[in-house]
Amino acid sequence: MALLMKGNEAIAEAAIQAGCRLFYGYPITPSTEIPEYMAKKMKDAGGTYLQAESEVAAIYMVYGAGAVGERVMTGTSSPGFSLMQEGISYLFAAEIPSVIVDVMRGGPGLGGLGPTQADYFQLTKGGGHGDYHAMVLAPATVQEMVDLTKLSFDLADAYRNPVILAVDGILGQMMEPVEFPSYEGQKLEPKAWAASGAEGRPKNNIVSYYLTNEVGEAENRRWGQKMARIKATEQRFAEYQMADAEYAFVAFGTSSRITETAVDMLREEGIKAGLYRPITLWPFPEAGLAARLNQIKGWISIELSAGQMVEDVKLVVNGKAPVGFYGRQGGMTPEPEDIVTAFKAQLLGGVQA
Amino acid sequence: MKPIFTKTAGLTERPFHYCPGCTHGIIHRLIAEVLEELNLIEKSIGIAPVGCAGFCETYFACDMIGAAHGRAVAVATGAKRGRPDRVVFTYQGDGDGASIGLAETISAAARGEKITSIFVNNAIYGMTGGQMAPTSLIGQKTATSPYGREAATMGFPLDLPKVLTQVKGAAYVASVSVDTPQAIQKAKKAIKKAFQVQLDGLGYSFVSILSTCPTNWGVNPVEALEWLQTKMKPYFALGELKIPATEGGGEA
Repeated sequence: MALLMKGNEAIAEAAIQAGCRLFYGYPITPSTEIPEYMAKKMKDAGGTYLQAESEVAAIYMVYGAGAVGERVMTGTSSPGFSLMQEGISYLFAAEIPSVIVDVMRGGPGLGGLGPTQADYFQLTKGGGHGDYHAMVLAPATVQEMVDLTKLSFDLADAYRNPVILAVDGILGQMMEPVEFPSYEGQKLEPKAWAASGAEGRPKNNIVSYYLTNEVGEAENRRWGQKMARIKATEQRFAEYQMADAEYAFVAFGTSSRITETAVDMLREEGIKAGLYRPITLWPFPEAGLAARLNQIKGWISIELSAGQMVEDVKLVVNGKAPVGFYGRQGGMTPEPEDIVTAFKAQLLGGVQA
Repeated sequence: MKPIFTKTAGLTERPFHYCPGCTHGIIHRLIAEVLEELNLIEKSIGIAPVGCAGFCETYFACDMIGAAHGRAVAVATGAKRGRPDRVVFTYQGDGDGASIGLAETISAAARGEKITSIFVNNAIYGMTGGQMAPTSLIGQKTATSPYGREAATMGFPLDLPKVLTQVKGAAYVASVSVDTPQAIQKAKKAIKKAFQVQLDGLGYSFVSILSTCPTNWGVNPVEALEWLQTKMKPYFALGELKIPATEGGGEA
């Protein structure tokens, strides 16, 4: 049976269904429906919602709960996500499974409440100190928010890594029909590493430091191998009208939905355009994009930012075709006509933007 | 022959790395003895700080989690809410608990988190090489107060346990020292009481312990004890500052 649900609430419900019984958060617009839903529903689910004193405290509560082996989540919006960056670096180094939702809003600074994708750099490039990546999943519909939230808990446990759901303010706030298929989940090993009390076993320590540079390098290399494993196995993307496309848009989340309309408009004019939609922002789905390189005459990245993902697109295209960019900022979204105009100007020999 | 004193099972075999005359070792042993006496070694989760005690996860025989600087109490909150059947404690220095982690300490106390914090106050940042702490005394010379701590520009030392007595969710607040055998006995009693308060589910329990840092104070171990006794003890409130309401205690 389909339900009509807000994106933020759908994420919260999906988390509970995936076995998340601990939520720590600090209210911030436009993500507040997540803590509100958790505050209401966790009790009946036998779990705990706790309002932290700050996003800094919230991410370390996540760290503590993940370290004792529990499924745990926090949700926030861009300024709060910035505050969590230190903690995410620690979560990575201590290899604590954790799920973090970032409902992005306009920045920099206090910014505005409108939607944006301008957290792309801090989501995908580490964001905090040191060499690390969280896995980043970018849903484009409320249904996908449900499915990817459930997946994110399995991925976090399987790789012992933080997983971030990257959502913008529109997706968080919009209502769509959504279904909650029964959740099987992956078969995962018991968390023998957890510091949950040393009853009947040797004690466990969970730390994120090393005392010698040699150990530091060895640890970083081990983490690097894990990152390589994730890159090799977890790239996800979707394609729209790509089979015979000569030109391709690259867009995720809300901007991908607007771009779909732009693709349709160009197709009506007889221009063979398609859309390549990354679902994992990290790892960036390089393989699927590279597979289209011989076919595509020009690429253009459509983002709600000054152009962040376009750098990853350029790295994969590597000069084999022109790569354009069009974006809106500060909480504004483009009209499909704006995207069509930018495409023509940049890739069909019109006036350069 | 019957042994009359043995090393506590609450500690591992690893030798302490602490400087001669530092009292971290004594405090570690007291906590470990309490864990053993209350039969909590396998039921406890300790949270290690950043600072001189940042490697204490290798010393305590229970499960341990290393936190970021100042975040031990938040980590403890997350762990305890995840496993309410476990005993969760933090071991923190003055910088960790009273400066960078002050918001976490006060907020956990206000929530009445059922965790125990052991707060080691040596009036200086030891790990980083002797800089001014939130608890450094007026006139105290440190690497970042080379002319002495001046109240007009650097403010006053924070007496955190005294502040915590004003916070309703803090069920037990004690301020002790480990400078004499008698003081050590009292300190152990306070630590044991703090763990018992957690076991009884009464709220947040907090034990501040005045400690020495001969290396960064620039004195020998004997002089360090004298400095603690003549300079620190007069400034910081000492004793059981707040006892549980069940024993007639309340806000100060």
